[in-house]
Amino acid sequence: MSKALEAKNINKYFRKPTEFHVLKDISFGIDHGEFVSIMGKSGCGKSTLLYILSTMDTDYEGELYINDELLTNKTPDELSMIRNEKIGFVFQFHYLLSEFTVLENVMLPAKKLGKKSHEEIEHDAMSKLKLLGIEDQALKLSSRISGGQKQRVAIARALINNPMIIMGDEPTGNLDSKNAENVFDIFKSLTEDQGLSLLVVTHDNDFAERTDRIITMGDGRIIS
Amino acid sequence: MKLGVILSISKTHLLSRKKQTAVAALGVTFGIGAYVIMMSFMTGLNGLLDGLVLNRTPHVRLYNEMEPSAVQPVEKSAEFNEHKQLVRSVKPKQSQERIHNALAIIAFLKKQKNVRGVTPVVRSQGFYLAGSTRLGASLQGVDVMKEVEFYNLDDYIVQGKAEDLATNDNAIILGKGAADLLSISVGDIVQVSNPTGDIFPLKVVAFYQSGLADIDKVQSYVNIKTAQRLRGESVHFITDINVKLNRMEDAPEVAKDLEKLFDIKAVTVQEANAQFETGSFIRNLISYAVSVTLLIVAGFGIYNILNMLIYEKMNDIAILKATGFSGKDVRMIFLSQAILIGLLGGLLGLLLGYGVSLLISHVPFDTEALPTIKTYPINFDPMFYIIGIVFALISTFLAGYLPSRKAQNIDPVEIIRGQ
Repeated sequence: MSKALEAKNINKYFRKPTEFHVLKDISFGIDHGEFVSIMGKSGCGKSTLLYILSTMDTDYEGELYINDELLTNKTPDELSMIRNEKIGFVFQFHYLLSEFTVLENVMLPAKKLGKKSHEEIEHDAMSKLKLLGIEDQALKLSSRISGGQKQRVAIARALINNPMIIMGDEPTGNLDSKNAENVFDIFKSLTEDQGLSLLVVTHDNDFAERTDRIITMGDGRIIS
Repeated sequence: MKLGVILSISKTHLLSRKKQTAVAALGVTFGIGAYVIMMSFMTGLNGLLDGLVLNRTPHVRLYNEMEPSAVQPVEKSAEFNEHKQLVRSVKPKQSQERIHNALAIIAFLKKQKNVRGVTPVVRSQGFYLAGSTRLGASLQGVDVMKEVEFYNLDDYIVQGKAEDLATNDNAIILGKGAADLLSISVGDIVQVSNPTGDIFPLKVVAFYQSGLADIDKVQSYVNIKTAQRLRGESVHFITDINVKLNRMEDAPEVAKDLEKLFDIKAVTVQEANAQFETGSFIRNLISYAVSVTLLIVAGFGIYNILNMLIYEKMNDIAILKATGFSGKDVRMIFLSQAILIGLLGGLLGLLLGYGVSLLISHVPFDTEALPTIKTYPINFDPMFYIIGIVFALISTFLAGYLPSRKAQNIDPVEIIRGQ
């Protein structure tokens, strides 16, 4: 069976201020529909790994595959398109475009993809918002909604192009336990109902323990 | 598809910070507006000043100059060739003032393709008589209809009608200065005598005012026949031939050819009025320098505002890149904002420029020099408006180029991790 995401022998160095070997020979894979969390102490390189996997950081050694397609050495423009189409992101800070409405924020990646008409995109966006239970906020400016709502909007935006995999960098780190619970439930149902793969970096033990698999990192290596 | 999305993002950016956008656009507006106003006003004024002299000066003037013989008789003698020759007190050669075979030359010139008009002139000296007082007069015998057609004589007529001269061989268009001295009004008779003392009563049909007081005191226009009669000469007597060409720039060449062909003195408008071209050139240079400076200042304003905008929008840029917008897309978002500011500001600038120009063109402007001009001269050449908007777009593009490149190169990972 093919993997949703596969990393082979990834090495990463920070060159400034002094050379530092951040990631040492990282290899692992994620299956379709698998919910994986990455844990580890601060500074162990887990966020760095996530940004390499997300294709935003291209300064590494080794090979990276998404859906068995080799991404290493692709041009930035090609990687942008892959990010747009196959990867959804949810960050710790909600990172919405504050001057746009909730609906516009969700629609933007689909508009960039440009495969559907404006009406279809709007319909899709509304259905994603409905899925996350915030369709009533659609026309508000994204700076005017609460933190938990913002996080759900960010998830809706990550889903809009029906990606292969969703990556999150402490997606619940900034939320109270009730909202964190909420987000976890949403993630869980996405993997179970829609076969999405999920890769989440987290500090939250409770959160991690309920995922399918925990990858623990320490000192730039995968420990378990 | 892309452009629509990109433009909708930049529109939202611009509209969500209306004040900054307005300030940036106003910078361009003032730059372009000032450019249009300055150019319209300056070239209008240039046209007026040039017209003051250039329109009234023939492009080539043919006449016989009284001058010393280029070759003195002694130089022709073989006997003295070896010797050092010294001729003292050389006098101008006695020669005819009339142009030899003038009518044939006129006929020849009229056939030339690059010639717009040929007008014969008979110059005559004389006096205006007021009782026992005699005032010096310089009478030009002209074909008045042609003077009106080619040299805008009627622009300088302050009273009466130039055309009335054409139908009356005993009429005169008197300089305003002379008329004031003689206390004469249009319709009166002025006594004019020639140098030999014969007196001619001439009816004043119009006054003209050139703007040069000394000329207005002495110069007046009569018919060619009247001038010939004053001089006691026949109809073949012509002292000057004035030539107006289709292109003023051809004058030096034409003058050279004619000098050779007819053995005659030919003076071009460029020789006669060298200072005017220099003046126009310098004035244009100054207007361009000032406008370009204004636009550069406006450009720096835009550069600044975009730079600030990009710092404020670091998060947005990171998020756009993370969700699949390429560096090029991000760059287009900010570059299009710069160009939108340029377009908006530029169009407003054209409107401002047009409005103020229109206003200036209605401000009264009384000048002795041009009696028919009542308001400030403005040149509404559409070229200034085209240059203005192109300039606005180019300068805002350049101002937006560097900041938008910076946006393109922002690393989203650094921004997202930096939180």
